[in-house]
Amino acid sequence: MPEPRLPPAAQRLLEAEYDNMLSCIRCGLCLSVCPTYQQSFQEPEGPRARIAMARALVEGHLDLTPDLLRHWDNCILCEACTNICPSGVQMERIGLGVRAAITESRGSTAGFGLQAGMRWLLPNLGRLRAATAAARLYQQWGLQALARGSGILKLLRLEEVESMLPPVASPPLVPDGQVWEPQGQARATVALLAGCVMSTAFGETDRATARVLAANGCRVLVPPGQGCCGALHAHRGELKAAQELARRNIAAFEGAQVDAIVVNAAGCGATMKGYAHLLEDDPSHAERARAFSARVKDFTEFLAALGPVKPPREVRMRVTYQEPCHLANAQRVREAPRQLLRAIPGLELREMAESALCCGSGALYNLTQRESSTGLRARKVRNAAATSAEVIVTANPGCFIQLSQGLREAGLDIRIVHIADLLDMAYRDGG
Amino acid sequence: MLTDSQLSQIRAIVGAENVHGGPAELIAYSYDGTFEQHPPDVAVTPASTEEVAAVMRFAYQEEIPVVTRGAGTNLSGGTIPLTGGIVLALTRMNRIIEIDHVNTCAVVEAGVVNGEFQARVESEGLFYPPDPSSLAQSTLGGNVACCAGGPRCLKYGVTKDYVLGMTVVLSSGEVLEWGGKLFKNVTGYNLAQLFIGSEGTLGVVTRIILRLLPLPRVRNTAVAFFPRLDDAAAAVVGVMGAGILPATLEIMDQATINVVEQYVRIGLPTDVEALLLLEQDGNDQDAVDREVARMVEVCRKHGASDVRMAKDAAERNELWRARRSISGALGRYRPSKLGEDIVVPRGQIPAVVRRIREIGQEFGLAIPVFGHAGDGNLHPNILFDFRVPGELERVQGAAAAIFRAAIALGGTLTGEHGVGSLKKEFLEEAVGPLAVQIMRDIKAALDPKGLLNQGKMFPSGSGPAMEDFLTALPTLQGITPG
Repeated sequence: MPEPRLPPAAQRLLEAEYDNMLSCIRCGLCLSVCPTYQQSFQEPEGPRARIAMARALVEGHLDLTPDLLRHWDNCILCEACTNICPSGVQMERIGLGVRAAITESRGSTAGFGLQAGMRWLLPNLGRLRAATAAARLYQQWGLQALARGSGILKLLRLEEVESMLPPVASPPLVPDGQVWEPQGQARATVALLAGCVMSTAFGETDRATARVLAANGCRVLVPPGQGCCGALHAHRGELKAAQELARRNIAAFEGAQVDAIVVNAAGCGATMKGYAHLLEDDPSHAERARAFSARVKDFTEFLAALGPVKPPREVRMRVTYQEPCHLANAQRVREAPRQLLRAIPGLELREMAESALCCGSGALYNLTQRESSTGLRARKVRNAAATSAEVIVTANPGCFIQLSQGLREAGLDIRIVHIADLLDMAYRDGG
Repeated sequence: MLTDSQLSQIRAIVGAENVHGGPAELIAYSYDGTFEQHPPDVAVTPASTEEVAAVMRFAYQEEIPVVTRGAGTNLSGGTIPLTGGIVLALTRMNRIIEIDHVNTCAVVEAGVVNGEFQARVESEGLFYPPDPSSLAQSTLGGNVACCAGGPRCLKYGVTKDYVLGMTVVLSSGEVLEWGGKLFKNVTGYNLAQLFIGSEGTLGVVTRIILRLLPLPRVRNTAVAFFPRLDDAAAAVVGVMGAGILPATLEIMDQATINVVEQYVRIGLPTDVEALLLLEQDGNDQDAVDREVARMVEVCRKHGASDVRMAKDAAERNELWRARRSISGALGRYRPSKLGEDIVVPRGQIPAVVRRIREIGQEFGLAIPVFGHAGDGNLHPNILFDFRVPGELERVQGAAAAIFRAAIALGGTLTGEHGVGSLKKEFLEEAVGPLAVQIMRDIKAALDPKGLLNQGKMFPSGSGPAMEDFLTALPTLQGITPG
């Protein structure tokens, strides 16, 4: 084999995934589910090619060439390929390795706005809340049109971020040891990850999650000291930052005597289940990370396994379910959310075509890969609209924001609702 | 290497976004479903027959080699650009142009994916039987080029039995329109049959007219488990002699069952040496059930210890998902595999299964066996790790032994995968020198400059296969692309 062409640290990151890459036997089944291949029908835009590129990179046949960066940047890490792979390739691990190796070799590839967001805002919930509040004021005061028109936002490269803010404001949930007591007989104790985007932009959804769990006999704690899960950092190749955030969450949650750590954001859940992998080489945290990851459960996964109490209230609604990739593919939780929806009296669940195809949100994908993301978003909105559903239900803030924007653009009168908020309606005044 | 001027002329034909020439993109077009690898000089993704013809005219004029491919899922090394040049990938030509109910046929572009086509015609009450295991990803053009088969071909025949007509771009760039929506046609040589299974060595098929059948209304599927592999092989002969033509009669050995169970997790027993997957279809539920019951009875008589019936479409689909994912799932054992495709007369299935087992022991290699036992077509897969010194040499020995065992039993090298580069050195041993000469003459008539899919199908010399027929082939580990 030729000499590696990467710096040693980057080479080590990829070598750790070499056996994983060799599991790809090139059958090409992944092409049938890959959102970027299904848009372009070009081999370099499929998982098989991305693995072959990564393998050629680690074997020293290839450099970090512009075309490699382009095709890897276009990968959403939606895990549809991992999910279908007969041979057991773990694509997200390869992807995180490749991106970390790129960062290690070239420095961060994120633009100024993204870097600022990832380094300064997300890890600090106080700052994130302040920024969100400012953005809300600005939305409400109608400065939006002015700022958009004047190009100030473009200058700050925050235009896209601003356009993605969810339209409905709710007060943030500041994690400081809140407790929701169970209704009826206590069945379990859980700790809730409030999340960074969830707790600031979707604070009411966090509360709804806690209320639904309480209605189902759970004591719900929100441990202080917790923060962002690090998903966005890991996806962008900011490995060290992601590891730091993981350590902070492990410390915040490991004292809690709970049956599960419950998450209502699919992307965060997938990342936290991956802490064991993220910190496997950190002697002081490897074991603790394994214990942490083993306790993480998606909200719907936990509730369905617990056996939900029959929802007392009718919710007359025709809905379709938009499955988050990081729930369906990365965590392989498919039936639980559907089961919970079907149990709501009066609710009609209609499946959309291509329900497993990514909506194009993908952590920061909608900011970094506009064209591909917009195409997928329009396709998802079309598929959802074809069901004549009044409401799209999802279980991840990324999908929520992405589809809100898609629906607005298409001028469709369809609402998007987080599954916790929908269940909250069904359980309200009950118990 | 192509010159900048040549590249810009190709860009002018298909548009810059459909010309892929970056170092990583060339890696992406360097492989297929095998372990072989060699990059092209450029890959092109045209959108129409006209664009293909223009690229072919240009390649002919400039004498640039051309390898045509669809999804690149073949298992013969058939779409590796061994001599560089242009890879012509037809995956963007994926329109179903027409489904004709009056004449029960369809007109499709070469890049349409088999499974998508099947789903579409079935939604209209029609049926396209050829079902290669790669159907979720492989293209109909690739299916035609390799004359793909599949489990259902036992009853319904292979790809060649469904092609009524085609559009072919010749190496010169001329466009041949052949056949039509016609079920009978002996107007001259059947040129369509010449291109079917020609593995891209004679022309580029861009559009196909496919015959369709009415969709059978009912299906019944059973799995019979055998504590002994030999008994399962004997049961195949028994079932086929029972006066029934099953829709499918598939065999899987223990190693195969184990690895697919890891993937699908549907509770297949991993302590039996083999299973047979039997299916019958038709329009009369009672008749179909009766025939399946009869086949099950024959299996029990031959030593089946247990039989399970698929109770609904979901269970049947799971069983077929298991069957179709075997080839990919074998990657769980070792990083590389050589998937063979021998055919023997059906009566020789027990003998060839025994012989493959001996060959595995002789060469110290795991060789899981599965395949379409009902029509005598088996897929022994030799598993290996290219990092282990000397292992590829042993794979080579085992592969040669398997080919020769099949030929000795009255069989041949390949039933539905094609010769490609992995079996080409054995062509003459399999068909004889006269047949090879006729094939070479046909090739020379249609591809006078020898530009199409160089290094495939034809042996590099004459007489018995050369010793290093596998180890001489390129892999990325053996070469350094520029």
